[in-house]
Amino acid sequence: MSGTGSSSPVPSTTDPGPEGATATAARAEVALVTDPLDVPWLRVARRAMISLVLVVALAFPVLFPNPATTSVAMFTLLYVAASSAWNMFSGYSGYMALGQAVFFGSGAYCLADVASHWNLHGGVGIFALVPVAGVFAALVAVPVGWISLRTRRHTFVVITIAFFFIFQLLAYNLTGLTNGSAGMALPIPPWLSDTYNNYFYFAALVVAVVAVSLSWAVRRSRFGLELFAIRDDEDRARGLGVRTGQVKLTAYVLSAFVTGMCGAVYAYYLGSIYPPFAFEAIFDVTIALMGFIGGLGSVSGPVVGALILEPVQQYLNLRVTSGGTALILFGVLFLVVIRFLPEGIVPSSASLIRDILRRRAERSSTSGTPPAVAAGAGGRARGTKFREVAP
Amino acid sequence: MTDVLEVLDVQKSFGGLQALSGCTFSVEEGTVAGLIGPNGSGKTTMFNVITGYERADSGTVRFAGRDISRSSTAAIGGGGVGRTFQLTRVFGRLTLLDNLRVGSRGVARSRRKELYSLDRCMELLEFVGLARMAGAHAGTLSYGQRKLVELAMVLAQDPKVILLDEPAGGINPKLIGQMAERIRELNQRGVTFLVVEHNMEFVMGICDVVSVMERGAVIASGKPEEIRNDPRVLDAYLGGALDDEPPPAVRAEGAAS
Repeated sequence: MSGTGSSSPVPSTTDPGPEGATATAARAEVALVTDPLDVPWLRVARRAMISLVLVVALAFPVLFPNPATTSVAMFTLLYVAASSAWNMFSGYSGYMALGQAVFFGSGAYCLADVASHWNLHGGVGIFALVPVAGVFAALVAVPVGWISLRTRRHTFVVITIAFFFIFQLLAYNLTGLTNGSAGMALPIPPWLSDTYNNYFYFAALVVAVVAVSLSWAVRRSRFGLELFAIRDDEDRARGLGVRTGQVKLTAYVLSAFVTGMCGAVYAYYLGSIYPPFAFEAIFDVTIALMGFIGGLGSVSGPVVGALILEPVQQYLNLRVTSGGTALILFGVLFLVVIRFLPEGIVPSSASLIRDILRRRAERSSTSGTPPAVAAGAGGRARGTKFREVAP
Repeated sequence: MTDVLEVLDVQKSFGGLQALSGCTFSVEEGTVAGLIGPNGSGKTTMFNVITGYERADSGTVRFAGRDISRSSTAAIGGGGVGRTFQLTRVFGRLTLLDNLRVGSRGVARSRRKELYSLDRCMELLEFVGLARMAGAHAGTLSYGQRKLVELAMVLAQDPKVILLDEPAGGINPKLIGQMAERIRELNQRGVTFLVVEHNMEFVMGICDVVSVMERGAVIASGKPEEIRNDPRVLDAYLGGALDDEPPPAVRAEGAAS
């Protein structure tokens, strides 16, 4: 039973083979079942939602001109960006990085160093250096990632935490670069107090839009698919030709780039920077919590997480001033979410919508719609539904 | 016919355990070759060495005449040697279609279009009988269906050689038949197979050549009927000091002959 030695061993598009006809029939069905949430009205609703959020974000400083409010809004946007960046690496690849403050601090100090080295004056021009700070953070991420990504799972988490402490110590001790615990001053912008926060608000908005767009683009790309494959089974992915080392490092560096930009905007806003602010352990945990609460691996998850958590955190800090009380409440909130929405808000709501759609489709399928359509809208249950009829 | 895969004197040990001790065999292009042997004889280790998951301590592995014993797993996997795993491995939270496309970025753009078009992916899923579930998450499939998806994933890469680690293990008889049929069909289109399997009926049914491993080396090679009656093989499975329990299928085969 020797083979024919044909040069095209596997069915390809040019050689449809005997299955061609049935495959076409199946394809018609698949167009319906590929993305259960790809229903026209939901697509429109999603687009409308995004536009609405953007419009509100743009108009926010006009609607709520109170500086205290715009300050909270600015921090929220920075967390939207940082949490999206974290999710773009950790949520997609499954590698839980708890040392993102390394890049946040690197970006902050980069801006401070560049500004003081060239004696730059405060103004809008400083914002042009924010991407430079991002690039610097990305460069820092290359060796850090190269070393830490040699490990997996819990070891990786521990190594990223270790890197965090190394960098915090370096910030205290590399006085030539950071001025140690005395801190560094950044240029003071000549803006009036009424609109002072607005400049930072819009800078943060730009960084957030960049972060979310990047996260969205990665999620849709072949590169993103490789990250998801690594999350599910890294060794299997290697066997399919995925260069996992490169893929992980690229995602890590991209994520560091965005995080570094957040650090730069933060430092400029504060006007001075000290090691414990630039390299803050709470930051590491907070962006991860936002990702978890919103939903790991989805684009909107960290956005929703940050939009909820950061205002709550700021409010608690304001109201419950006594030390750790805010953090305790924070922990309780996290437990509640884990208990009732284990997948995070976005995926849990998505399956809720899927369930509603399925029920509706089932109801209409009893009145004549082909079963494929019903199953198509069914989403989650699709697998189990088909299992009975599949060979 | 030329040898598409050549394994020359490969040694591999894990600490004090000699998993492969001078293993030598080759797989002729266009054949279905079987690799059998008692548990712990080194079959899966051999697969790992060929596909780059383990580095051989010494010896050479050649694929299409090229030495691949120092190549990376990704280079081997993307370069024409596909494999499936003993404990089936699919990407549980990705749809079947996405499972098939995982390896697509490493492929040149022109070839990618040809290999990973929706049409071809759907044909492959149709080929393994799972086209209707293209949009389902692989984690929702039964074990046997996952085996078929894994085969389709490997086929998507259009490999020259496919290494199957126990393709019939733990799945129902109907699916075993389907698996054998698919292997035969692909082989007729020119794909070379190397199959590790304990189900002797399956091995004898689909393999052109069978090699027998024992204690990290190939002790016999030949046509299925020759192997079945080879005293060394019977000894490896049934007699000797080996404390491995022979698979029931072999005992049945031995008794029958």
